[in-house]
Amino acid sequence: MTLLSEIEDAAAHGPVALDELIERTTFPHVSGRSVTFLFRGPAQEVTLHHWIHGLPGSLPFRRLHKSDAWVLQIDLPPGSRMEYKLGVAMYGRGSLIRDPLNTHAARDPFGANSVVYGDGYCPPDWTVEDPEARRGTIEDRHVDSPVFGDWRPIKVYRPARFRETRRYPLLVVHDGFDYLGFASMQTVLDNLIHRLEIPPLIALFTQSPDRMHEYAADERHADFIVQDLVPQMERILPLVRQPSARAIMGASFGAVASLSTAWRHPGFFGRLLLQSGSFVFTEIGDHDRGPVFDPVVKFTNEFRKAPGRFAESVFVTCGVYESLIYYNRSLVPLLQDTGMQVKFREANDGHNWENWRDRLREGLSWLFPGPLWLVYE
Amino acid sequence: MLSSVILLGPQRHVPIVKPALETLVPPKDTRPVAAVTAGWEERELEDQELRDHVRRPVTNLEVWGRVERIFDQDPQLLTAMRQRHDTLRSVQELYRLRLDGLMEAANELFRRAGDERLLAPEREDAMAMLQQLDHQHAQRIASIHAEFDARWRPQDRTAVVRERKAIQTLLADASCLLVAGGHIAVLLHRMRLFDLLGLHGDRPVIAWSAGAMALCERIVLFHDAPPQGSSFAEVMEAGLGLARGVVALPHARRRLSSHEPRSMQVFAARFAPALCVLLDDGSRIDWRGRRWVGTAGTRCLSTTGHVEEVVR
Repeated sequence: MTLLSEIEDAAAHGPVALDELIERTTFPHVSGRSVTFLFRGPAQEVTLHHWIHGLPGSLPFRRLHKSDAWVLQIDLPPGSRMEYKLGVAMYGRGSLIRDPLNTHAARDPFGANSVVYGDGYCPPDWTVEDPEARRGTIEDRHVDSPVFGDWRPIKVYRPARFRETRRYPLLVVHDGFDYLGFASMQTVLDNLIHRLEIPPLIALFTQSPDRMHEYAADERHADFIVQDLVPQMERILPLVRQPSARAIMGASFGAVASLSTAWRHPGFFGRLLLQSGSFVFTEIGDHDRGPVFDPVVKFTNEFRKAPGRFAESVFVTCGVYESLIYYNRSLVPLLQDTGMQVKFREANDGHNWENWRDRLREGLSWLFPGPLWLVYE
Repeated sequence: MLSSVILLGPQRHVPIVKPALETLVPPKDTRPVAAVTAGWEERELEDQELRDHVRRPVTNLEVWGRVERIFDQDPQLLTAMRQRHDTLRSVQELYRLRLDGLMEAANELFRRAGDERLLAPEREDAMAMLQQLDHQHAQRIASIHAEFDARWRPQDRTAVVRERKAIQTLLADASCLLVAGGHIAVLLHRMRLFDLLGLHGDRPVIAWSAGAMALCERIVLFHDAPPQGSSFAEVMEAGLGLARGVVALPHARRRLSSHEPRSMQVFAARFAPALCVLLDDGSRIDWRGRRWVGTAGTRCLSTTGHVEEVVR
């Protein structure tokens, strides 16, 4: 008997049978490529809302035998992660809720979504705190910005066993507070350094007060990073002052800000990590992404005309369930043609923080290989 | 070979240097023990935990710091050593190219099921080719070192002679030499620069992690799940050769897929007849004159690819 038949059978037998079924079954239930969602409760319509490009925006559940049980089955390729919410409508009023039967949630700046793990996916062990890993420290600081005429809060990550007498590589992180909050980035850095997969490094976590404008390839932002942030930090922190030891990264608009900064100041950053970059461009006519994308499209179009060799190596990642996958796939050959080292990694995931978290190990260890093969403490 | 060599697993979480030391040097012996922590590089002198643990006078030989001083005083030697470093890296990359192909073939042959009469000789030959490659590579590296020594005569250079004499003086009074882990190439090359084992003579030696690797005849670098690149174990070069017939594999639990018998079988066969010892927390093997003896729980790879206890 299939799970769907079991659910239908239980619904036909009444609430107790459904309770028993839920008790012994994990929902959403994943079997191969098939995922079965179940919702129970008063509703006139139940839908699954997700952010997977290529699927209809909301998928309707089917009510079973006039019961309060609603069911939906979808196809989810192996290794996928899918974030979602349930839309529950009653008397013309609807609300989006997390799936009451699902204990997995992924947080982001807007709250939290339920998340279903496709067959074969499990959160990587290097994303959770390892009791053996020595912990680095995070310090709150601020940077005076003549470029913007204000000051900006930042967080400075120093690796465990930090020494003033040593020189460290630098990693500048856009939306840094969100990377710390939603992509476990301190834990990831601690673990990767502990495992010798990346060298001990200093990370500067920046957060823009107006990211939708400043990260949209704003020239002032590029100047802020190169003329304000890095020089001030190089004065007080033991950093290797060479392009090959400087990396800049970000996701979405943060990736645009990273690319724009590195491109406007060629040779300053040797390494880039671009995650799900919003690199929208046009071949003809206008774009349909709204006015906030106007400067991004203008920049990407300019960049595509003359990318140049502005860095040494670029790691690009994007989820295949993102609408941005086309733009990122288009970017890769362009970057490769410049002669830079380029690596591109796709994932069965969407435009979200855990996707970006899960790609950090491969991206960072490629940009900054650690002494894994030579150190045995 | 010395009759008093002990190799240990990592010491951070399960320190067992003290009981090992008590086996070789009676507690009433008040002489200091000498320590080499050069593998820790700039953290060389952060040895308080070790001192607290052994509860005996410890003389850190400051091998890393001495070499840094030599580099300051003898920039010509520094430049030459950097050039050698680059050469070694290039040769390692070239070796890796050949190694990848041979390892792919060997793994496939050991994975494949079929007529054993046909497979067995192919496996044997694949293994022989791997062993030959490892041997050639070690010889190539040795000749680079020999050429370097002949040209630059590091043992005769004033700054080196001065530091070696200082080490000799410190070692004269030591009851035992402790060699800690860390960066294997830094540790090995700096110990070799001073001929440290020659200065120490036939007194006892206890080494762990990279320290244990450095004492072996061959240094095998390994990690079965690196985030980038190939995962095939590599011979780095010959070690100091004090611990014979053994390949030291520190942090094996984290680095080695010991639950995969086929790849472990290839690993063990490739380095046979040496004993591949998994030096994890709490592991210890002692040289007892004729053979290595492990303490309870110390494991090694069998030639069938399984993990078993070192014979006690």
